[in-house]
Amino acid sequence: MNLSFKGKLSLNRRQRTILEIGAALGFIMAIIIGRFMLDEGSIGTNLSERNLPPSFEHFFGTDWLGRDMFARTIMGLSLSMGVGLAGAVSSAAIALVLGLAAATLGKTADTIISWLIDLFLSVPHLVTLILISFALGGGFKGIVFGIALTHWPSLARVIRAEVMQVRSADYVHISRKMGKPRTWIAIHHIIPHLIPQFLIGFLLMFPHAILHEAAVTFLGLGLSPHEPAIGIILSESMKYLSSGLWWLAFFPGLSLLLVVRSFDAVGERLRVLMDPART
Amino acid sequence: MQLDAKNIGFRYGKSPWLFKGINFSMQPGEVVGLKGPSGTGKTTLCRILAGYEKPLEGKVTLGGKALPEIGYHPVQMVFQHPEKAVNPRWKMGKTLKEGGRPDDDLLARLGIQQEWLERLPNELSGGELQRFCVARALGPGTRFLIADEMTTMLDAITQAQIWHAVLHLAEKRKMGILVVSHDAKLMNRLCDRVIEL
Ligand SMILES: Nc1ncnc2c1ncn2[C@@H]1O[C@H](COP(=O)(O)OP(=O)(O)OP(=O)(O)O)[C@@H](O)[C@H]1O
Ligand SMILES: [Mg+2]
Repeated sequence: MNLSFKGKLSLNRRQRTILEIGAALGFIMAIIIGRFMLDEGSIGTNLSERNLPPSFEHFFGTDWLGRDMFARTIMGLSLSMGVGLAGAVSSAAIALVLGLAAATLGKTADTIISWLIDLFLSVPHLVTLILISFALGGGFKGIVFGIALTHWPSLARVIRAEVMQVRSADYVHISRKMGKPRTWIAIHHIIPHLIPQFLIGFLLMFPHAILHEAAVTFLGLGLSPHEPAIGIILSESMKYLSSGLWWLAFFPGLSLLLVVRSFDAVGERLRVLMDPART
Repeated sequence: MQLDAKNIGFRYGKSPWLFKGINFSMQPGEVVGLKGPSGTGKTTLCRILAGYEKPLEGKVTLGGKALPEIGYHPVQMVFQHPEKAVNPRWKMGKTLKEGGRPDDDLLARLGIQQEWLERLPNELSGGELQRFCVARALGPGTRFLIADEMTTMLDAITQAQIWHAVLHLAEKRKMGILVVSHDAKLMNRLCDRVIEL
């Protein structure tokens, strides 16, 4: 009795992981496919269908210009994911370079980079992100640069620590005495050790980047109001909330949350799977 | 080619000198024991001989020449804890080949089974792992083997099997061995002479 109960629990956990990964992949696919099926025409204004509540024709309803909110949400999410991806990839690349540099280029490099990491970590992301984005004039470029320049520190710190740890491992020293060159050791011992940490760090950074993009855009400091971004949709919809058009903000907001949460959950679960000792 | 330690001195950081003015030499094919109370620096001396640590005073030479900084080190050391001495992500086959192709006769004598080569380190017992570390340290370029409590964690039968294999190879290749152990019986059985630190 007890045993079967236990078995069921562990099965559930595995099923949940698969379910989460499936859901995250499903969201991406839906958004990508949706993006290709839609064009500017599908979010065109249609004044005869203004302010319609959700229905089978318009899943997410329509807005005050008669635009289909479902199409706008899909387009907004795909734009946000694009920004998030570009930002997270560049940020992870910065983290990798700086983490490696801190761990291998000697004391001075380490001191400078560690100081930079602490500096960035001591100020909230969002503040630096807004400043950088604003300084670069906002828009796609501003926000991607902003994300890239603000999200790297914690991953850089992880990479630095991992490199230092594996570099001082007995088996790495032994490898040297077996006559292996440094580059061989880097390729065979050190990089394979970093890859899982790096991928998980990247995966966790991605939803973060999307959320922050939406937040900054919502505040009017990110993408321009002409782009169909989720942040723009949400901030526009705020004006109509009081007039009872709840679906304008509800569905886009919920979709954003689901996408972000599902990526976060997948990243977190993989992290625990890879490294059960350190939770 | 004989291995010489001349006037070796070492300490960790600013702590007091662990030892100073250590002198000894080993001939090829000779089995020498090293004993001494815990904490006197036996492991440290081994690390110096095998090139893992630079002596602060004196030098280690092989056939009168300094030991190489890069390339295969002719003085190889087997560590006490095999779990830390192998990459946890590598199959044992890859670990085994790191020091060059080991000879089949040695593998058989060490009791290394073919199926173990496909396993990861956490799928082997400590004793089984240690056999791999011994085999890896006995590449064709090894002139001297430093065995720092190499078999302390093993049962008597496994211990005998491993030492049998190692001594056989040492004789064949005229390889010298430094045995560090707290086991006086083992030392007496294996060593031509014993020095104290
Ligand atoms: N990396 C290190 N940094 C600082 N001190 C160290 C380090 N390694 C060893 N020591 C110190 O050096 C001394 C000698 O250590 P060592 O391991 O060489 O002793 P040992 O003779 O091998 O002892 P045992 O018989 O217990 O193995 C010890 O007091 C130890 O605390
Ligand atoms: Mg010791």
